[in-house]
Amino acid sequence: MSFLKIEKLKKSFGRVEVLKGIDLEIEEGGFLVLVGPSGCGKSTLLNTIAGLETITDGTISINGRSVNDLHPSERDIAMVFQSYALYPNMTVAGNIGFGMEIRGVAKAERDAAIARVAETLQIGQLLDRKPSQLSGGQRQRVAMGRALVREPQVFLFDEPLSNLDAKLRVDMRTEIKRLHQRMGTTIVYVTHDQIEAMTLATRIAVLKDGVLQQFGTPAEIYARPANLFVADFMGSPSMNLIPATLDADGADVAIVMKRDEGAPLVLPYAKNVPELAARKGEMVVFGIRPEALTDPDSADRNARHVSELDCDIEVIEPAGSDTFAVTRIGGREIVARLRADAPIIAGQKARLAFNLDKAVLFDPQTQLRIA
Amino acid sequence: MSADRMAGAGRSNKLLRALLYSVLILFAVYYLLPLYVMLVNSVKPLEEIRQGDMLSLPTLFTLEPWAKAWSSAQIGVQPTGLKPYFLNSVLMVVPAVTISTVLGALNGYILTKWRFRGDDVIFGLILLSCFIPFQIALIPAARILGMLGLAGTTTGLILIHVVYGLGFTTLFFRNYYAAFPTELVRAAQIDGASFFQIFRRILLPSSAPIIVVTVIWQFTNIWNDFLFGVSFGDFDSLPMTVALNNLVSSSGGVKEYNVHFAGAILAALPTLVVYIVSGRYFVRGLMAGAVKG
Repeated sequence: MSFLKIEKLKKSFGRVEVLKGIDLEIEEGGFLVLVGPSGCGKSTLLNTIAGLETITDGTISINGRSVNDLHPSERDIAMVFQSYALYPNMTVAGNIGFGMEIRGVAKAERDAAIARVAETLQIGQLLDRKPSQLSGGQRQRVAMGRALVREPQVFLFDEPLSNLDAKLRVDMRTEIKRLHQRMGTTIVYVTHDQIEAMTLATRIAVLKDGVLQQFGTPAEIYARPANLFVADFMGSPSMNLIPATLDADGADVAIVMKRDEGAPLVLPYAKNVPELAARKGEMVVFGIRPEALTDPDSADRNARHVSELDCDIEVIEPAGSDTFAVTRIGGREIVARLRADAPIIAGQKARLAFNLDKAVLFDPQTQLRIA
Repeated sequence: MSADRMAGAGRSNKLLRALLYSVLILFAVYYLLPLYVMLVNSVKPLEEIRQGDMLSLPTLFTLEPWAKAWSSAQIGVQPTGLKPYFLNSVLMVVPAVTISTVLGALNGYILTKWRFRGDDVIFGLILLSCFIPFQIALIPAARILGMLGLAGTTTGLILIHVVYGLGFTTLFFRNYYAAFPTELVRAAQIDGASFFQIFRRILLPSSAPIIVVTVIWQFTNIWNDFLFGVSFGDFDSLPMTVALNNLVSSSGGVKEYNVHFAGAILAALPTLVVYIVSGRYFVRGLMAGAVKG
């Protein structure tokens, strides 16, 4: 049963439609990440869940109760803002306790709750400080403390890590995940960082221009992107997308890709797929992730379908744990991910293994995945 | 060689600095000269002024002119001194400054944090009131005060000054609050704080610098106002500025320049005090913000 449910949600600012009919749901204790490029409407969507923005049409319900007409404070939610939004004139304890103070919770009870949260987040020694005396990471913790102390039904996070430096961001990411595992409260989390989305989410919603592109588990979104946008947006380095032509022999399908010199590249794609074979001769976009394109020694031994081909390596980029090699197929730069000590040299030919189990095909016209 | 050049640079730097300071000091003296003349002559007996040298220090020091200006000089027809009018001004300025500042702060808060359709137009209209010359509004204002039964009262003057001040106070607070993070207001909303709780607990504590600016601006303008005071004031409500005019231009008898100078300083004193006292708070507020970031 879904805990947070959003149905046919529309939001317009004047004549501009920002959210164009969003349907989402997440089960209790789930971690829903809204991801997309800037201006896709993900923050607006979060604000409508919080009640900070009114909605034009549709319904939002939390735990079976429609919250459309409820004030933010009555929705049983807590929010962590991108800028942390700590009250500058109050101490850390004052910040965490402000909501309780407004609700008229007795001082002793308030102090106990503040102490409990401070313990969880290890900010006990900071309680008497003002926000201006805290570092970025500490402010982040206090902002989370203010949310935690409410013990809400849903936590809302609006790009909470985007103001931290790279190292701290990774630490806090882990901490948020740990916190979620321990408390099991439902979370909705907005980010433009697809790695954050992949690592944190139990469900990802990819948005673009106010339209939901795909909604699924991180694994689904990564392995079976619904369209070219999702394929390109999720994953780093992003998926190789190569223009190709379909060829068929009976119901067996092969992919034909042009090369700058020499014969076209032909990869047997799948056997006995009549629907796909019916598209013989049509243009497609062949998508393969860098890790599915590697040196033959590193190729997945369990894969049913691996083809090896010689490719011209243009550039190699050693990244420590892996080596990325850039080659060129179908007029596109293609990135392959090899093991760190793979014996390849820039400017020479190298044998690359294509794991076709992991490959996907898109229709260039509709942009949708067809296989 | 580079040391030479640096020494040379240091020398010319010093020279430039000396030049700069002498120009600044010259300007300061020029601006302070009238104040000096007023101060010196307000503590001289009248005969000494008559002898002609306005710039010399008093040979016989006396506070008589100050006492006279304050409590017994002829203002219009009454020998009351400036005292009752000083009180009139205080009774007018304090409520007018307070009310216009509070309303301006509320306007700024609403115009930036509780946006509504057409708020820009409303703000534009409020802003427009800053550009309306006082003289245009005199007759309509007189009509309205008459209709409200407030003609000639301090309350009437307060109303006029509040209405006239609103444009500026709203402008000050709106621009200040426009830079105030809206996420704080949203966080407070989620915490359940009401419209006024957010204003009082979140915005006001961070507003000290703009409150000081607004108070200085409003206090100076309203205290120094002459036109509204002379147009709408009565004996019970005439402000200090009008009384000073009456003191100086009272016909008959000799012109008591020393009393006039003392009266003028008395009239200017409150604004001076406001500048000195709150000006320091203003700077302190800015510095605190700068250090804490």
